[in-house]
Amino acid sequence: MKNNNLSTFSRILILLSGVFLIIVLFVPLWQIELAAPQYPEGLVLKMYPHKIGGNVDVINGLNHYIGMKTLRTEDFIEFTVLPYIVGFFALLCFLVFFLKKKKWLTGLFALFVIFGIIAMIDFWRWEYAYGHDLNPEAPIQVPGMAYQPPLIGYKQLLNFGAYSVPDIGGWLFILVGLLLLIALLIPWYKKRKLNRIK
Amino acid sequence: MKKILFPALSIIAATLLFSITGCKPKDAASATQGDAASRVYVPPGKYDELYNFVSGGFSGQVSVYGIPSGRLLRVIPVFSTDPESGWGFSENTKPMLNTSHGMIPWDDQHHLELSQTNGEVDGRWLFANGNNTPRVARIDLKTFRTAEILEIPNSAGNHSSPFITQNTEYVVAGTRFSVPMDNQNQDVPIDTYKKNFKGTVSFISVDPQSGNMKIAFQLLLPGVDFDLSHAGKGPSHGWFFFSCYNSEQAHTLLEVNASQRDKDFIMAVNWKKAEEYIKQGKGQKQTVKYAHNVYDDSTHQATSTMETQTLVLDAKDFPDIVYMIPCPKSPHGCDVDPTGEYIVGSGKLAALIPVFSFTKLQKAITDKNFDGDYDGLPVIKYEAALHGEVKKPGLGPLHTEFDGKGNGYTTMFISSEVVKWNIKDLKVIDRHPTYYSPGHLMIPGGDSKKPYGKYLIAYNKITKDRYLPTGPELSQSAQLFDISGEKMKLLSDYPSIGEPHYAQAIPAEMVAKNSVKIFDITKNKNPFVAMGEKNSKVVRNGNRVDVYMTMIRSHLSPDNIEGVRVGDEVYFHLTNLEQDWDVPHGFAIKGANNAELLVMPGETQTLKWTPTESLIYPFYCTDFCSALHQEMQGYIRISPKGSNVPLSFSLGKNSDATVAPDNAKID
Repeated sequence: MKNNNLSTFSRILILLSGVFLIIVLFVPLWQIELAAPQYPEGLVLKMYPHKIGGNVDVINGLNHYIGMKTLRTEDFIEFTVLPYIVGFFALLCFLVFFLKKKKWLTGLFALFVIFGIIAMIDFWRWEYAYGHDLNPEAPIQVPGMAYQPPLIGYKQLLNFGAYSVPDIGGWLFILVGLLLLIALLIPWYKKRKLNRIK
Repeated sequence: MKKILFPALSIIAATLLFSITGCKPKDAASATQGDAASRVYVPPGKYDELYNFVSGGFSGQVSVYGIPSGRLLRVIPVFSTDPESGWGFSENTKPMLNTSHGMIPWDDQHHLELSQTNGEVDGRWLFANGNNTPRVARIDLKTFRTAEILEIPNSAGNHSSPFITQNTEYVVAGTRFSVPMDNQNQDVPIDTYKKNFKGTVSFISVDPQSGNMKIAFQLLLPGVDFDLSHAGKGPSHGWFFFSCYNSEQAHTLLEVNASQRDKDFIMAVNWKKAEEYIKQGKGQKQTVKYAHNVYDDSTHQATSTMETQTLVLDAKDFPDIVYMIPCPKSPHGCDVDPTGEYIVGSGKLAALIPVFSFTKLQKAITDKNFDGDYDGLPVIKYEAALHGEVKKPGLGPLHTEFDGKGNGYTTMFISSEVVKWNIKDLKVIDRHPTYYSPGHLMIPGGDSKKPYGKYLIAYNKITKDRYLPTGPELSQSAQLFDISGEKMKLLSDYPSIGEPHYAQAIPAEMVAKNSVKIFDITKNKNPFVAMGEKNSKVVRNGNRVDVYMTMIRSHLSPDNIEGVRVGDEVYFHLTNLEQDWDVPHGFAIKGANNAELLVMPGETQTLKWTPTESLIYPFYCTDFCSALHQEMQGYIRISPKGSNVPLSFSLGKNSDATVAPDNAKID
């Protein structure tokens, strides 16, 4: 019975995770930086939980040459759902903090990891769709060329170099995953230490 | 006697030249130092240290250079039309060149002054004078565009302008030509000059927030020629100093007749005192006519208002406003040192430079140390106001600037050199030839309380052999000197635009940080804006046709227009929908007796066109905006008078297949 309760340290980590997830609601999750010779100052797309931000109009203006569809927040169901999901995880963290039960934490961590994987797959799917579904009447058509930005990392797309990396929200998300993992592993680590002493 | 004066003078000049400089000016090869090239080299992609604003003289423009490279950054149309941008051709900008004489597309732009706060340049506005049809312009340094032009009544030849007080309280304008006042009978014999011709200096107040100018008051003065001026600062704040020549009051052959008196004047004006009299309700309101033109960055439209009133104070009725200080031989430059204590007058024909002391001037006024009066204005005794004279500085002293380290630098037009001298002991420290015959010179902040003191630029009137020949008409030359050491070092030499007179310079970051990149289209208040492509349209109202056309990479909307007839007045209202830096679009139409438009992102500009023939007229974007710039074009069909072709307009409707472009984005 005693073993199933979370330590104070673990609980603090879980509480922190909840607070970080609240912050995630207001900051960009992901960013795609674009650089070209004509744009030494750079252009950037920022994915918030609830919208696309950054130089959206300028990038849309440029994308019309290659026939990419116009990026519009309202075309993505994700920007409606995502804030609720992030909020749900934050509430779940607070719940686990109060319930103090290890099995709840295990559940939370599993759900969180599954959500992270689904989110990345979903993001890749959209990148693929926008990168490949090009208007056949586009002014610039390069045979065999697709304009899918990288999921993470750097890729050259015609004159633009695209650099896709997590933004503050993304890093916080990764941090929350790590904190929950540590919270989960601490009892196991302590137990192993105790066993060795024995 | 008069006829032998000039040959005699030139012989003296030649003798002095040889005795003073010892030998003829060094050639360019020996004149530059070893490290000069690296001092002016600004590597590709790097910025210059300073913005340098240079008057355009008879070009009516202002040019902007980067210093120390001498690279030309921009030419700003001020008192000039500019077919490149449509300045003076578009409906939006035509009112800027309106005057009480109608539209005047040109002027002679001599002097520039940057706005100041506490006697230091602040990078907000640049003031420019129009010498011919008296005007003062204000250029907004956020946009590098002329924001306001104010005509000056009761004036002719606005030369001693647009010098300013230390907090930009006032910009001044003084008459070079004395003339009968505007509300008097002008149809008088010219030889009644002494009776009917008067000079004025105008004090134009500047709104500290908006910068808007207003003629606060004018001082009525004797009929002399006012030449240059500078405001007092620090202890002499509240005073303004004007040089004047032709105290002989000649109206013909001035080169002889206005050179007779041994001394003309530096006129000292206590403008704080004048303000007091104005507050007491003194002065006479006169009915006159002058244009006041303002450009609005939210409506993208200029308006011209005809003002009808001015307030005139007759200086001789208020004996404690104006004092005349004798100054040798037709003074030109009138420069106040950074401390505000010393006033330097430069007699064009004098073999010395008198330096006056503000403290001594005040004492002379208190002690009434006067030498009679000039047309009712008290004349101070020359010695009573004199700090001292720079002896044998060179020939033809014109203008003086200061380095903030206690030195003055004076251009010598006749002996073609810049002379450095110490203000306190009045000893000449150094002299350097210029190529050739310098007029003004400029040290960044050199007429403010805080000179930048690193560079000096001489603006020369004669170029001759300096650059590759370009036929009989040559550019003028500018020479950049390093003045950080004891001796001046010539660094570089480059051609300039028009005929530069005075110039100003300011550390780059003070202006660069405020530079506007685009106009926010959501704040576009132009009555003819098309907010997005879906609002582009063509509207007929009688024989007036308004085309609300949008521009975005890479099409104009609409780009096919029919149903317009010969005799119609067509107004093309072009709105650039771009919201990205450095994406202007141009607009030109075949056969327009007009110019093009260059429309900045978020801006609306209007071109009026009256087609006279039934033709198909192509139009297109003139500014290479994108990879598909050459595709950015369209047609307007002009039918004969009385034709019943219905009005129609479209974008993307081809006759063989309907292709609706999916790129109508900003809507």
